[in-house]
Amino acid sequence: MTAVETVVESRGAQAPRDLRRPFWTTRRRDQLTGYLFIAPQLAGVVLFVLVPVGLGIWYSLNEWNIFRGELTFVGGDNYAALFSDPQLPAVLGATAIFSIGIVVLNIALGLGLAVLLNRRFRGVTFFRTVFFSPVVVSVVAWTLVWGFLLQDNGGINALLAVFGIDGPNWLLSGDTAMISVIVTQVIRSVGVNMVLFLAALQGVPSELYEAARIDGAGAGRIFFRITLPLISPTLMLTAVITIVGALQAFANVAVLTGGGPGLSTTVLVYYVFQQAFEFNDIGYGSTLALMLLTFVMLLTLLQWQLRRKWVFYED
Amino acid sequence: MTSAKKLGAAAAVAVMGLALAGCAASAPEPVETTAAPGSVDLRMSVWTSNEDQLALFDEIAEAYKADHPEIGEITYESLPFADYNTTLTTQIAGGNAPDLAWMGDLSHDLIDADALVPLTDALKGTKGWGYDDLLGSVTAEFSADDELYAYPFSNSPFALYVNKDLLAQAGVALDDEVTWEKISELGAAVHQTTGKAGFVIRDFDYANWGQLATVWTGWGASAWSADGATCTMDSPEMVDAFTFLHDAAFVDQSMPGPGTTADFFAGDAAFTVAQVSRAALLDGSFAYDVIPLPSGPEGDYSVIGQAGVGVLSSSPHVQEATDFLAFLTDPENAEKLAQYFPPPRESLLTGEKLAENNPKLTADQLQSVVVDQLPDAVTLPNHTGPAEIKAAGKTALDAMWLADADVKAVLGATCDALTPLLAK
Repeated sequence: MTAVETVVESRGAQAPRDLRRPFWTTRRRDQLTGYLFIAPQLAGVVLFVLVPVGLGIWYSLNEWNIFRGELTFVGGDNYAALFSDPQLPAVLGATAIFSIGIVVLNIALGLGLAVLLNRRFRGVTFFRTVFFSPVVVSVVAWTLVWGFLLQDNGGINALLAVFGIDGPNWLLSGDTAMISVIVTQVIRSVGVNMVLFLAALQGVPSELYEAARIDGAGAGRIFFRITLPLISPTLMLTAVITIVGALQAFANVAVLTGGGPGLSTTVLVYYVFQQAFEFNDIGYGSTLALMLLTFVMLLTLLQWQLRRKWVFYED
Repeated sequence: MTSAKKLGAAAAVAVMGLALAGCAASAPEPVETTAAPGSVDLRMSVWTSNEDQLALFDEIAEAYKADHPEIGEITYESLPFADYNTTLTTQIAGGNAPDLAWMGDLSHDLIDADALVPLTDALKGTKGWGYDDLLGSVTAEFSADDELYAYPFSNSPFALYVNKDLLAQAGVALDDEVTWEKISELGAAVHQTTGKAGFVIRDFDYANWGQLATVWTGWGASAWSADGATCTMDSPEMVDAFTFLHDAAFVDQSMPGPGTTADFFAGDAAFTVAQVSRAALLDGSFAYDVIPLPSGPEGDYSVIGQAGVGVLSSSPHVQEATDFLAFLTDPENAEKLAQYFPPPRESLLTGEKLAENNPKLTADQLQSVVVDQLPDAVTLPNHTGPAEIKAAGKTALDAMWLADADVKAVLGATCDALTPLLAK
């Protein structure tokens, strides 16, 4: 064997090893890095969202006697109970009124405040702080204080009495209890939407306003033809988070009215709490929780689908 | 309960508000423990956070540990009263039940589910415990089929507290005729003259409607039949009792209306109905008296609020927990506990004995509002599923607290709401 042949044979033997790509390619390293970054969030979602949803589905198919520790498979009985529950229609009605009230008032007030506070005037920072500050207050503390203010002999009626007005029994009258719950919730949370709208408003190019004014457009026309379309992505965002937040609102109902008078302020999430934790009916409570989850998903999906019709840039 | 179930319950509580449970009942055997020294830790759930009371419990626990080397730690877990039932239930559901627990209206559910250890044999078998010393009227709520499941350590009768200063300010006085009609009449006079409240049913707040048993019992009414199967909220006696209350709130204004707060112990009301144990709230800022509940149309009556302590059958140390309970409630320790909680033992029930540790009330007052009331007292309404019954009743009775309410119709609707729950 010549020296040349030896070299060729040697290269031939090493060729497969040299041609094989190393396992840790740049792409694989990038993928691993990505997975490591999302791993904590993924673990959280699996552990605290997917597993509980799966368990919730399982519990909804069972009747759980907590004290006896007995789990009895009942199939679709809990789902059938949704149609025979005499209180559920009233609860769903209260939930709809509460959610619509929160969404409409919160977005309208948040946008209105943002428009007002988007101008330059003395004290604008102070007013922005005032309207945002309730957001950082504990919801329970906030609600407890409002509970005292809204009593029949509380601060609100005392203030009205100064003007000769005999105020209603805010929290115990069927006509005013829901309004009270909605308004106290909106006042506390409107600051978030206001800040989001403010940021969006400040992102609208000023030359568009200048051009519109030169063309003779009035304030209303400018708002509806320029401002609103350009902040519509933010409007979409606030609509989604406000609806989801409204459907999850619990503390202010629990503390202010306890769902009363009657069932007038018993929203679905409070009803879930009552069934699962107060009445110890875990199976039916799980069924109601899944119904709430379905509502939230459907509403979010609906808004996502509709965004093309009214959100600027979403064509 | 398996680990998988525990994990499932914890995760479900975190996100969806779901929980699961597991425990099985078993009766204790009155035998000596074979546990290794220091190997048994006991935990007891309580709703008091009073430092003096907890110190007394600790003192009793230390005395017990001195004679029981198998005991490592005895801890008292103070849970907030407002959420006590929910918290205890969640602990049971999560496989983290205490060994012993105080209980109020949850007792029927626990007994019904065999979640409590039967105590009768164990207590009777404990030397010197004196089972026959227990009053029959106070053990009934915690018994089933002649078996005691919880020791009724607190039996506090409801009494009428009187603010004498407010009555004097209104130019009226309470004579020997103490009837509800009279109380309403004087309360209305105080309200009109001073602007303060007339009479307040403490803790009712137009929500905890079971507290109104302190009134309606005087009319001979009850929420349901003795066997708990039939709603009697719509009985003629109950209609009369609620008509009285409705008139007091909306016509005579002798009782603060819904949504109006008035704290008797802050001097805001002429009268209040509250348990005798609330006397601790009297701070001497006004002249007061404490007397038995007013007579109703059906005559004199008495109502008590109770608390019991039992052993959870899910405890891994049922034998030791039961033995500790027997020690905690023996005659000697029961006498110590009596300074805070009206005892169930006849031997301890004299005005003089109770007055030894009660700086607020005299021996005569304690004799008349505690000792004389206990033998014939009825308890506040209690039934299996108390939370659901309370919520359903409250929802229906909300319609009562309007000026133009139809009392009879509202009570009929209340029975419509309660009847399916009583049948559960």
